[in-house]
Amino acid sequence: MKYLNEFRDGEVAQRMAREIHAVTTRPWKIMEVCGGQTHSIIKNGIDQMLPAGPEASVEMIHGPGCPVCVTPLELIDKALAIAAQPGVIFCSFGDMLRVPGTDKDLFQIKGEGGDVRIVYSPLDVVELAAKNPEKQVVFFGVGFETTAPANAMSVHVARRRGLKNFSVLVSHVLVPPAISAILSAPENHVQAFLLAGHVCSVMGYWEYPPLAEKFRVPMVVTGFEPLDLLDGIRRTVLQLEQGKHEVENAYERIVTFQGNQPAQKMLSEVFEVTDRAWRGIGVIPKSGWRLSEAYREFDAEDRFQISGIRTVESPLCRAGDVLRGVIKPAECGAFGKQCTPRHPLGATMVSSEGACAAYYNYGRFLSAEQLAGAGSGLTHA
Amino acid sequence: MPESKTSFAEPAAPDFANWSCPLPLADYPTIVMGHGGGGKLGNELVEHLFLPAFTNPALENLGDAAALDLGSGRIAMSTDSFVVQPLFFPGGSIGELAVNGTVNDLAVSGATPKYLSASFILEEGFPLSQLAAIVESMAAAAKNAGVQIVTGDTKVVERGHGDGCYINTAGIGVLRNGIQVGPHRAQPGDAILISGFIGDHGMAIMSVREGLEFESQIRSDCAALNGMIATVLDAAGGSVHAMRDPTRGGLASTLNEIAHASGVGIAIDEKSLPVRPEVQSACELLGLDPVYVANEGKVVLFVDDEAADVVLDLLRGHPLGCNAARIGQVTAEHKGLLVARTAMGSNRVIPLQIGEQLPRIC
Amino acid sequence: MCLAIPGRVDEVFEENGLKMGKVNFGGIVKRVCLDFVPEIAVNDYAIVHVGFAIERVDQETAERTLEVFRKMGVLEEELADGEEAALMAARRAPSNCPDGSCEPASQQVSESASQRGSVTGRE
Repeated sequence: MKYLNEFRDGEVAQRMAREIHAVTTRPWKIMEVCGGQTHSIIKNGIDQMLPAGPEASVEMIHGPGCPVCVTPLELIDKALAIAAQPGVIFCSFGDMLRVPGTDKDLFQIKGEGGDVRIVYSPLDVVELAAKNPEKQVVFFGVGFETTAPANAMSVHVARRRGLKNFSVLVSHVLVPPAISAILSAPENHVQAFLLAGHVCSVMGYWEYPPLAEKFRVPMVVTGFEPLDLLDGIRRTVLQLEQGKHEVENAYERIVTFQGNQPAQKMLSEVFEVTDRAWRGIGVIPKSGWRLSEAYREFDAEDRFQISGIRTVESPLCRAGDVLRGVIKPAECGAFGKQCTPRHPLGATMVSSEGACAAYYNYGRFLSAEQLAGAGSGLTHA
Repeated sequence: MPESKTSFAEPAAPDFANWSCPLPLADYPTIVMGHGGGGKLGNELVEHLFLPAFTNPALENLGDAAALDLGSGRIAMSTDSFVVQPLFFPGGSIGELAVNGTVNDLAVSGATPKYLSASFILEEGFPLSQLAAIVESMAAAAKNAGVQIVTGDTKVVERGHGDGCYINTAGIGVLRNGIQVGPHRAQPGDAILISGFIGDHGMAIMSVREGLEFESQIRSDCAALNGMIATVLDAAGGSVHAMRDPTRGGLASTLNEIAHASGVGIAIDEKSLPVRPEVQSACELLGLDPVYVANEGKVVLFVDDEAADVVLDLLRGHPLGCNAARIGQVTAEHKGLLVARTAMGSNRVIPLQIGEQLPRIC
Repeated sequence: MCLAIPGRVDEVFEENGLKMGKVNFGGIVKRVCLDFVPEIAVNDYAIVHVGFAIERVDQETAERTLEVFRKMGVLEEELADGEEAALMAARRAPSNCPDGSCEPASQQVSESASQRGSVTGRE
């Protein structure tokens, strides 16, 4: 695929990794905020390619940019309650199906007879609502700024078409407040950020210079393919080595400073900023979106008035610490024992981009020596 | 008879002209509860639909069981149920899947497939024309694979249950003399071969479900592998240690299972995995990994390293194996684990997936 | 977040008041909403997330970026003398050399592995 495969060239990647080795002279800790980047880093073994010496190293810390992981438990439980109701068609992206609520997940509700459907696009949900006027069609509107314009458009179109049976359960979160919260935490040791390339393609990156200035950390807008990630890391290391704290754009083919204006216009019409609870982290002020006054009638929480939710998180789950980069998944006592993809205790073990799932699935419970032994098994291509 | 491969519109009604019973089926264009009742309606289905399609002496006796001659060798038996949705998809239908899937289970066990049973669970209201299309495709698949469908059953469940049509099969084959293949027989040093492109079937199904249009349509690779496997076993049977067709769960699941059963590690090279470009693109779009996507016409073989080139040539010389490739090796390291070398030169573990892969947006 | 894939716009049309298109991802064609990229035209490339184009791909910039990437580290390798080249080779990630003429992969990785220590035991 054009503009995708070229950015996965293994030989070029190895040369770029050598460049990073060549310029690193101290130990650095860089956080990639976006879960999609975490997924790509672990799957491609990018972190295995980075310097890891006693004096010169680059360590990637995995951030909370996994909207599935940070959707509050209470909202998941509300989603389950709504999905279980007769007369409801509950639509969601595939990512949310196995996220554990207090008791169950959407997959189980589906198994018990709930009409739960996986959708690829929010517009598909609007069509479903139009075709099933006798049912309430609810969309689980989860995501960061990348997904928000599409979700906003679906509500906008629903209103234009006068659909009374369409509603959205909104769980939108924003990146800049999350970065601020991470940098403000006393135990923070993140020294630089890779900014989420697709979030920035929508929002631009004008929000970040004040943060870079205030906390004196470099930030580089980075893409998702191996070459993009390596370039973002390289530029970040260069800044760190030079004592700079600027905002740079390493994803220029998609991202501009101002971002996508038509998308931002739709966002400001349909959504308004609000405080949001992040699962495992707590409430971060002004860190999310809810439907604006003009669109409030489409809010599923209002429409369904679910009450009596008693949420109980597993006491063993340290997803919050993982999300803030305080620990690596393998350092959690429950990792690989009580908590596995089959029996996840928290969202980071379920989501395809959750750090815990990535670590488990890509074998990070093996030692480096064991993984090295794997390579020697191959003598033929 | 209706051609189910070219379109997904409802197949045309069967030709009722020869159905001269007092209660012509033409009056019942859909399945009713009576068709499963063992009475006149059920008998008509057998006489006018199943028998003519599957025609063979064992079946025509219409006994409660089929009397078969198998010779004196050891016998292999397999069973499977087929519940695929949609029933008709690019490249096939539930009918082909049922026959080929059963034939393949026997073939990868080192048996020559001979006889199948076919039981149908039909939903009340299921269109007869679709049943006829399915049966016709089974007949064609059976003929192509050189097997006979010798016994069967029909039950009908109430509307709202049964997703239209479920099929259960059992298959019987005769094991080749001296054959020693099994999932527990892979050995360190064995070469691992795949007979062609992975992910075709699963993505063909997904494409119908997700409404993806393709310039060149992704078709299921549903096929009977016994002919190709026989060619390989005839020439190099002693060198083949394990074979499996990577169906549900894809190549990754099959390799994990064999690694586990044989107590060995498996190392593969991602760059060597044959994937059709359209399948790769469809997987990218939906966030799926081709190694976990189902196949219905592929076989993975574990062979002695020395015999690998010969077997590869044999596969490539067969119409079903023209994209066969060597993808890796069995190792004594990391026992029970499947590890892949990525394009970046790093190694990643490919574990067993929990449940089915779901499309993702993140 | 953000599985977004680049694709080529094959067709542009309007439907239900929205600008829509048929976008081709390496042979797979999907209907995509183009309302957020009003200036996009046929043969342009779009980056698509959940059925929406969220931005246009600037093809010139993409080609230029690739050029820069491909040049990285090449000059250094060519100029390096034997000793430096050996050092660089040692730092290189394991190769998949099929005939064994390169350094054995396990040896190189073990070197950096012993620097790094066990992954689980880290920190």
